[in-house]
Amino acid sequence: MIFKGKVWKFGDNIDTDAIIPARYLTTSDPQALAAHCMEDADPDFVASMKAGDIILGGENFGCGSSREHAPIAIKAAGVSCVIAKSFARIFYRNSFNMGLPIFESRDLVDAIQAGQEITVDSSAGTITVSGLDKVFKINPIPLFMEKLIADGGLMKHLAKRDSDEKR
Amino acid sequence: MGNTITEKILMAHTKLKEISAGQLINARVDIALGNDVTAPIAINEFKKAGGTKVFNKNKIALVLDHFTPNKDINSAQQCKAVREFALKHKITHFYEAGNVGVEHALLPEKGIVLPGDLVIGADSHTCTYGALGAFATGVGSTDLAAAMLTGELWLKVPQSIKFVIYGKLQKWVSGKDLILHIIGRIGVDGALYQAMEFTGETIGKLTMADRFSMANMAIEAGAKNGIFAPDAITRDYVKSKAKRNYKFYASDADAVYADIIEIDAGTIEPQVAFPHLPSNVRSIRKAGKVKIDQSLIGSCTNGRIEDLRIAAKILKNRKAAPHVRLIIVPATPEIYKQALKEGLLEIFMKANAVISPPSCGACLGGHLGILAEGERAVATTNRNFVGRMGHTKSEVYLASPAVAAASAVLGRIASPEEL
Repeated sequence: MIFKGKVWKFGDNIDTDAIIPARYLTTSDPQALAAHCMEDADPDFVASMKAGDIILGGENFGCGSSREHAPIAIKAAGVSCVIAKSFARIFYRNSFNMGLPIFESRDLVDAIQAGQEITVDSSAGTITVSGLDKVFKINPIPLFMEKLIADGGLMKHLAKRDSDEKR
Repeated sequence: MGNTITEKILMAHTKLKEISAGQLINARVDIALGNDVTAPIAINEFKKAGGTKVFNKNKIALVLDHFTPNKDINSAQQCKAVREFALKHKITHFYEAGNVGVEHALLPEKGIVLPGDLVIGADSHTCTYGALGAFATGVGSTDLAAAMLTGELWLKVPQSIKFVIYGKLQKWVSGKDLILHIIGRIGVDGALYQAMEFTGETIGKLTMADRFSMANMAIEAGAKNGIFAPDAITRDYVKSKAKRNYKFYASDADAVYADIIEIDAGTIEPQVAFPHLPSNVRSIRKAGKVKIDQSLIGSCTNGRIEDLRIAAKILKNRKAAPHVRLIIVPATPEIYKQALKEGLLEIFMKANAVISPPSCGACLGGHLGILAEGERAVATTNRNFVGRMGHTKSEVYLASPAVAAASAVLGRIASPEEL
């Protein structure tokens, strides 16, 4: 899978309250959540970003609550993938389960600025930055995970697998 | 080579004969938990996957505790969806209204989670049950859906960090202060993906309430679980509550740890975590003059009867400062009743406190105690992120019930020693 977009850069320990504040958790509707994505970290994010853009985080991205609303909000806002130095473990799990691709790269996060355009090739395990003659390595997403993401998350993937088997 | 208590419990929930950190396992789940925020998504995912039957109606707990009593129409709809699912599938452990308590106080109190269990919950503070010597970890709603469907979940066996805690606790120092101190020392990702195992002579003397507070905040250091080896204190707690068998596990002497950290608890003073991270910890003496607008005593970290007794001891014959809103949240109906019986509620009311129904509302900035722009709260809760309890320009200071009570009286962050 190829993800190409402009980068939005955030710091260390971006918590799930910053990604989607609890005051909006009275619904799980993806579009309603997307309207407040990253609101407490950058109130202008949703209005300014474009579909396909990429979130960059520092250490421990997604720490805090187990709310799956966090990856749901990011995905529904149109963010194509998240790259961080490291992820909190529940967020890591939830992202794949929701079909939101995430990657770890300390080098990339340190090397680039907000607004730069990058291309992530998840099958090859590479990230390139436009105007920069350097390739950043990431762990490629295994094929079964790529399928899971393409199907729209774990449960849709499981349901599809069941119906494929019945055919 | 020996195993840690975490590895042993995980192994007991598989068919494996040996286990080691880093291994991916498919494990049987004893209890799968969801609440009114996370269960609606899990229920949708359950249906999407074609789920028609839950794996075991006795092993699922659905607790409507976050936006309850229903905050607004949206939250009422969420609760309704969970209630309908619970009724349809005849879920044994379904709690709402007069039966509901803050989930992580309620489940141990009812004997629903027991030593040796493997518990997963779509709530990050599920790690609380490690206090009982169970493996308990927070997951997302989709994982909950998978567990409700199959009774199993894939897990990676975590490495463990062993904390050896020794020394006599100073006056007013509690489990909350110990865990805040530890988070301050190792950072909010200091135990990322790992198990925090609490051992040592000080731990052996801690009450269950203190152990629950500590295990509760393991997630605040990034941990997968926090755990205590069960002992006579654990047995006293569970024996009257358990309605099924349970098992005590302990780490082997030659178990392998990623790190061993020794802590002299005797040197620790009451702790306060300043905004906006639980690791931003200072001793109460170094807190300075921080004026507060609200003091919240409650939550899955510190809303137990022992916590309320400490608060009452300090608040007896005193009043909250005129500009301070003191909110006390007994975590469960049983705790509420006990506090009534012991006269604690009267002490709180005389101190001008608001006594809230059991709810998670205020802690997560949902309802029942939201902060305005520029306001500051001292809270016995577990998170002080930006906007956690309300406006993004409000501040939360995390502390023990003793410090929260003393602060309410003096109108600023204060030690009980100052009264």
